[in-house]
Amino acid sequence: MRHTISVLVENEFGVLSRVSGLFSGRGFNIESLCVAETMDPQVSRMTIVTSGNDQIIEQILKQLNKLIPVLKVIDFTGVDTVDRELVLVKVNADGDGKQEVLRLVDIFRARIVDVAPRCYTIEMTGGEGKVLAFLQMLRPLGIREIVRTGKIAVSRGM
Amino acid sequence: MQMTGAEIFVKALADLGVDVVFGYPGGATINIYDALFKNVKVRHMLCRHEQGAVHMADGYARASGRTGVCLVTSGPGATNTVTGLATAYMDSIPIVVFTGQVPTLLIGNDAFQEADIVGISRPCTKHNYLVKETKDLARIIKEAFYIASTGRPGPVLVDMPKDVLAASARYDLPKEVSLRGYRPTYEGHPRQVESAVRLLLSMERPVVYAGGGVILSNASGELAELSRALSLPVTTTLMGMGAFPGSDPLSLGMLGMHGTYAANMAISNSDVILAVGARFDDRVTGKVSEFAPHAKIIHVDIDPTSIQKNVRVDIPIVGDLKDVLRRMIKLVKGKKEATAYRGKTAAWRGQIASWAKTHPLTYKPSKGKIKPQYVVEQIHKLTKGKAIVATEVGQNQMWAAQFYNYEQPRTFLSSGGLGTMGYGLPAAIGAQVAMPGRLVVDIAGDGSIQMNIQELATAVQYRIPVKVVILNNGTLGMVRQWQELFFDGNYSQTCLPRIPDFVKLAEAYGAKGFRATKPEEVPEVLRKGFAADGPVLIDVITDPAEMVYPMVPAGAGLTEMLLV
Repeated sequence: MRHTISVLVENEFGVLSRVSGLFSGRGFNIESLCVAETMDPQVSRMTIVTSGNDQIIEQILKQLNKLIPVLKVIDFTGVDTVDRELVLVKVNADGDGKQEVLRLVDIFRARIVDVAPRCYTIEMTGGEGKVLAFLQMLRPLGIREIVRTGKIAVSRGM
Repeated sequence: MQMTGAEIFVKALADLGVDVVFGYPGGATINIYDALFKNVKVRHMLCRHEQGAVHMADGYARASGRTGVCLVTSGPGATNTVTGLATAYMDSIPIVVFTGQVPTLLIGNDAFQEADIVGISRPCTKHNYLVKETKDLARIIKEAFYIASTGRPGPVLVDMPKDVLAASARYDLPKEVSLRGYRPTYEGHPRQVESAVRLLLSMERPVVYAGGGVILSNASGELAELSRALSLPVTTTLMGMGAFPGSDPLSLGMLGMHGTYAANMAISNSDVILAVGARFDDRVTGKVSEFAPHAKIIHVDIDPTSIQKNVRVDIPIVGDLKDVLRRMIKLVKGKKEATAYRGKTAAWRGQIASWAKTHPLTYKPSKGKIKPQYVVEQIHKLTKGKAIVATEVGQNQMWAAQFYNYEQPRTFLSSGGLGTMGYGLPAAIGAQVAMPGRLVVDIAGDGSIQMNIQELATAVQYRIPVKVVILNNGTLGMVRQWQELFFDGNYSQTCLPRIPDFVKLAEAYGAKGFRATKPEEVPEVLRKGFAADGPVLIDVITDPAEMVYPMVPAGAGLTEMLLV
């Protein structure tokens, strides 16, 4: 099962390699990983999407907690969250395809951020389902490149 | 007060009560060596190889409970410590390894004697540091010792660039350490402890499974008190040897791959296991799916990651064993339930006693050839079970665990987790430095002794009177044993035909050498060797065909033991 884990860490050099080394050293899987500073500049937040059975997830959470620069570990499974990912896509835009791209951008509330003679670059944010659906719709038009940030998440309410 | 980084280093160690540093100098640490030269509080012992230095710090820590300290230079000096770090990490031993590093500006330049030791050692240390500014050095040293020695102990590495050691800063050693991301849990949850006691008392076939954590937490007294209050049979892991007195009637000896018949049968037929400071290692459980199929498991450990890692646990308790065992004792001692429980479990203890009687640890004595088990028994007899015993790794290690009765914690020093050949001699030296009044014996094999034999020079230089007994069978015995049992006797690369003359070798280093070739010579040669001053190497020519039994083949269930 997939889990989204939010990890608050000391904002210091080497923390990312401690976390990623833990995953690779113990054979855990990282599907995506996002890191940036929080409100407190001394603290960074990592959002990690991983998968495994209950025993593996329990080990991942415990092993993360065991790292000394790790301050807090939250598993968002079963927690009501808002999650988003940002995607930049370069897609073919010539002939009939151009209109279709524009329609899809409108439907998915995406934006065109760069225009070249036969290619648009689109910026889109959304939850996992929306991102996948958007990419699926664009695929027949000819995607040249996809860049994704990986998922970030925050719990709903207070 | 302004001081150089090197002076801060030496003063911080002195202020933290460090009495000895095991090390080896080099370009990146030369400033520290200059500061050490002018200092009288911290003694430096010059080893012959950095791996030896780390194992010495490790042996020092295991024997004394104090944190061991090691100082090496950058590059190869640092990379040579990796095996020692991994050894200490696997066995949770508190040591701090200080490495020199090239000047900050050269880091990443592939400079002379540069290695990214912080990157290299990350998976085999509890934590590590690269010191970037001289003003941080004292605080980091304080934190390193704190992290190494608290919670589940382990090695910490501190990497110090040469310019950081040369520059000056104010000496400011903090009194307290505050790390918001590191707060070990010491107190066991009271309700979990109560549930554990209730579960234990509701069952009829209990076993205590005690590991190295009991020794690390200095909880041997509490373990003995609880076990005796409830007449609980106790089996220990290799790392737990000495955690519970081997001569106690409740002691079943070691369990696992080379454990006793009684211990493996007891754990396999138990209905409740109280696991304390142990981690269900594969050498203990055998085939996990067949491990203790009828038992409910209570697992007490200070490290939450150890719990539910290899086996399902019914009652997990995170906490310091000393605290948890004390609470358990309080709940049962002198209570009438305890008396009733001892009555209810008497039949079970009778069953265990009969297992122990039908299949004790044994070997077939021989008139012509020296049996290694006999040598270990004779060492036990001669030292009255009071020596500190270090071991190498392999058959010698297993026989040392099986045929010497360990009565006290911190008397059996062995690389259990990593299985590091070459550990014993330097560990024995470190232990002897920590405990100058004790008799320290390294039970070695002819293979592993050669992996760090150079440390004999260290022992001779500092007159460290360790006694090394080599069970010399001319083979890499444990691998040979597997080849004998599972690979049709194809002894591929396990014969050591060019073994040096260890007596002459000892003499070449300036130590004393003795040899026994016949069984009847053993007691006298051991007596003479142990009575001699200074470091001694005793070469005992043993039967190469002898194997370690019982043995649970890798991947088999614990009850599928090969017996003598």
